Amino acid sequence: MEKIFFRAESLYDVSTHYCPGCGHGIAHRLVAEVIDELGVREKTIGIAPVGCAVVAYDYWNFDCSEAAHGRALAVATAIKRVHPQNVVFTYQGDGDLAAIGTNETIHAANRGENLTVVFINNAVYGMTGGQMAPTTLLGQKTSTSIEGRQKEKHGYPLKISEMLALLPGVTYVERVSLQSPQEVLKAKRAIKQAFENQINNLGFSLVEVLSPCPTYWGQSPKEALDWIRDVMQKEFPLGRIK
Amino acid sequence: MEKKKILISGNEAIAEGALQAGCTFYAGYPITPQNELIAYMAKHMPKKGVFIQAESEPAAINMVYGAAAAGARSMTSSSSPGISLMQEGISYIAGSRLPAVIVNIMRGGPGLGNIAPAQSDYFQATRGGGHGDYHLIVLAPGSVQEAYDLTQTSFDLADKYRVPVMILGDGILGQMMEPVRLSAKKIKANTFKGWALTGCQGRKPNIVKSFFLREGALEEFNLKLQKNYELIRKKEERYEGLFLSDAKVILVAYGTMARIAKSVISQLRSAGKKVGLIRPISLWPFPQEPFNLKNKKIKYLVVEMSYGQMLEDVKLAVCGRQRIEFLGRSGGGVPSQEEMINKIKKIL
Repeated sequence: MEKIFFRAESLYDVSTHYCPGCGHGIAHRLVAEVIDELGVREKTIGIAPVGCAVVAYDYWNFDCSEAAHGRALAVATAIKRVHPQNVVFTYQGDGDLAAIGTNETIHAANRGENLTVVFINNAVYGMTGGQMAPTTLLGQKTSTSIEGRQKEKHGYPLKISEMLALLPGVTYVERVSLQSPQEVLKAKRAIKQAFENQINNLGFSLVEVLSPCPTYWGQSPKEALDWIRDVMQKEFPLGRIK
Repeated sequence: MEKKKILISGNEAIAEGALQAGCTFYAGYPITPQNELIAYMAKHMPKKGVFIQAESEPAAINMVYGAAAAGARSMTSSSSPGISLMQEGISYIAGSRLPAVIVNIMRGGPGLGNIAPAQSDYFQATRGGGHGDYHLIVLAPGSVQEAYDLTQTSFDLADKYRVPVMILGDGILGQMMEPVRLSAKKIKANTFKGWALTGCQGRKPNIVKSFFLREGALEEFNLKLQKNYELIRKKEERYEGLFLSDAKVILVAYGTMARIAKSVISQLRSAGKKVGLIRPISLWPFPQEPFNLKNKKIKYLVVEMSYGQMLEDVKLAVCGRQRIEFLGRSGGGVPSQEEMINKIKKIL
């Protein structure tokens, strides 16, 4: 019998620490499968973030570096410049990429660094207990926006992908979702595109992944996926931005 | 081979020393009084090397982190407020056991302070500076030649012990020009670093990190760090001693202050006064050996462009055996020869 679905070599055979229904496991797998399919595992260097995915290197079977919160794209810039033949990517959450690391994000993008960014947007800070993130939706309740995010007090959900798409240094920006198997397949295609761009020296590519956090959304895994479809995707529309 | 001699500033000498040492990665952000350094690196970094003007000091130090993780000899430079901004990154570099060289050409503080020379970042440099139990090796050159030479030493020490090394100078040292004899020795290309991130072809994946979640793992790692620091303390004390065999008053000063102290000493010596000097070159590890003097009548005079920072290390080294006096100015003031001589005459 032919085996048609198997664990990527780029993924260790271990269980993850993620909560039930969390999107990180799927996103990690998509990255690993893409790296396998492109045949670049042995020249890949990943940058793990600070946040829930802080120990992503325990799950990925290739070289990895930690980066301080928000600094992943500064670290990645240097690694890629030192080793232009390697494939270098960052994996960052919304607090990391769009709050504390906004400066590093914008400037790496503006320099057109030949990097791939996998940006996980789950609209909360997960690791620290579900605080308001730059991407938290208006009205969304978090431990630091108890009555729901209010535009007057907290400002609006930050659309960093649309902002980055304005920069001439940026080659490719797409927003995808892990809301259904069909969307997961589309997400994988986008992530693959972002890696191919780097391999073809086309410059800065970013894929924003709308990812469920049932724990801090106070929902069941199924409700969280529906919430992405019915609420989150309205604020963060899917598709190619650039 | 005859060595070439050129006239350059301290900032340029550090840059040239770095390039001579095989530094292939530099990232920095402009700040006075070290701007000649970043400009020199921009101009002279070889084509195969990397120069980046970063968007901020936090970005610069994290680029240095990345380049060091990738195995390159990497450096950044800044001045006091910028070095404060880099502390998070320096802590990560120490925690990830990465070699890197960080140059601090100090200016006056606190806050925005001013751009006058100062030595007021001594505590920050020698106590780690960021969060966690760590140290940098801190070297303080006293001349432009020494700035050039110690920069090369810094890269070797960083690689040898896998620690960040700081070159601590002040605005005067950075700006003044002196002849420098360039080293003729060719530095070997980067030595192989088995832990560096290069892609895992033919080996298991390498991970560069400072995160130890498992119970007991961080303590285990910290003990390894401490063992490394203990070795550095034993092996890497550096200092210059002058007239220590007969001195009644020993000046203790580093960097630019030590130059002024030397003028004072030669003046007083020609008047028959028995004055000597201890010039710590490594500020961490702070040299213990020269303070191990039996004569209880010796008096020390610590002179700083700060208000009693190195003084604490001198107190620890002297350990109550002799009297210690202090003279310090900061915020634009530099203790003058006259002030030093008056003070010495009072205590002789």
